[in-house]
Amino acid sequence: MSVRHFLVGLTLWCVLGGAWAFDSEVAFEDPVQQARYERLNRELRCLVCQNQTIADSTAPLAADLRREVREMMQAGRTDAEIRQFMIDRYGDFVLYRPRMNATNFLLWAAPALLLLIGSGVAVRFIRRRTAEVDEDDAESGAGRA
Amino acid sequence: MWRYALPLALFVLLAVALRIGLERDPSIVPSPLIGRPAPALSLPSLQDPSYLIGTAELRGAPWLLNVWATWCVGCRQEHEVLLQIAAQNVIPLIGLNWKDDNAGARRWLAELGNPYAAVAEDREGRVAIDWGVYGAPETFLIGADGTVLYKHVAPMTLEIWRTEFLPRIELARRTAGLGG
Repeated sequence: MSVRHFLVGLTLWCVLGGAWAFDSEVAFEDPVQQARYERLNRELRCLVCQNQTIADSTAPLAADLRREVREMMQAGRTDAEIRQFMIDRYGDFVLYRPRMNATNFLLWAAPALLLLIGSGVAVRFIRRRTAEVDEDDAESGAGRA
Repeated sequence: MWRYALPLALFVLLAVALRIGLERDPSIVPSPLIGRPAPALSLPSLQDPSYLIGTAELRGAPWLLNVWATWCVGCRQEHEVLLQIAAQNVIPLIGLNWKDDNAGARRWLAELGNPYAAVAEDREGRVAIDWGVYGAPETFLIGADGTVLYKHVAPMTLEIWRTEFLPRIELARRTAGLGG
């Protein structure tokens, strides 16, 4: 294998590697259902390897949770019901995209709060500076007159 | 002087909060089950599959549920502690054998000793999901009325048994009118 082959391979692996979801098995014949199944799996966290979704994880628990999702879909449950099933057992942490609640409210509000505090400080600073400059102007103006 | 007091106070507050954050183990997921009724359990016994182990029969007194498997390193680590706890005869210890092979699990108990009053076999891991199990070993304390009172994730130690479990068991027994 030449260096060039290696580099081409490496580039392909880097570009396409992300598309390699572990769960390549087709759970549903219907492409719409299969897309829904894959989307739900990507929304749920694997509790064993916490920075992976159950779609990406090879952990046995992730396989069990995918089976639960598949069976609940087959039983005609809605997305909200499936999500609630997981939350009832594993808490909000199971959602890969966290919801806003009482405990993490500050985290969600932090950007807006910090922007508000920052602009408050900036406005006060600029006002004071302007006032000082005005005084300087007034003094120098008075001196000239 | 005072113009530095507020930023300094904010900095100290942030530093303390981050220090506390460092101490916490992010792999421990708090269980939403605490304070709620224990999920129903009805599974064949590991030793005698014709015999069903159910939560209904366990009502009336506090009990422990320990999730284990032969593939779980932490379970081997805590096994000696479980044997010691069982020898104290404080509370019935029920095992949940999670996604394991039956023969291997029975051999494990024969070789290492059996601390369990009964072992339920959850071959497919469905009951474990109902209980929000994500990593063995896990130990639940269930009250006499069937409420989940406490959950410990990670191998049991005598220290944790003494500080976290014994006081809660005593309280659970007292609230159930079973005496200290």
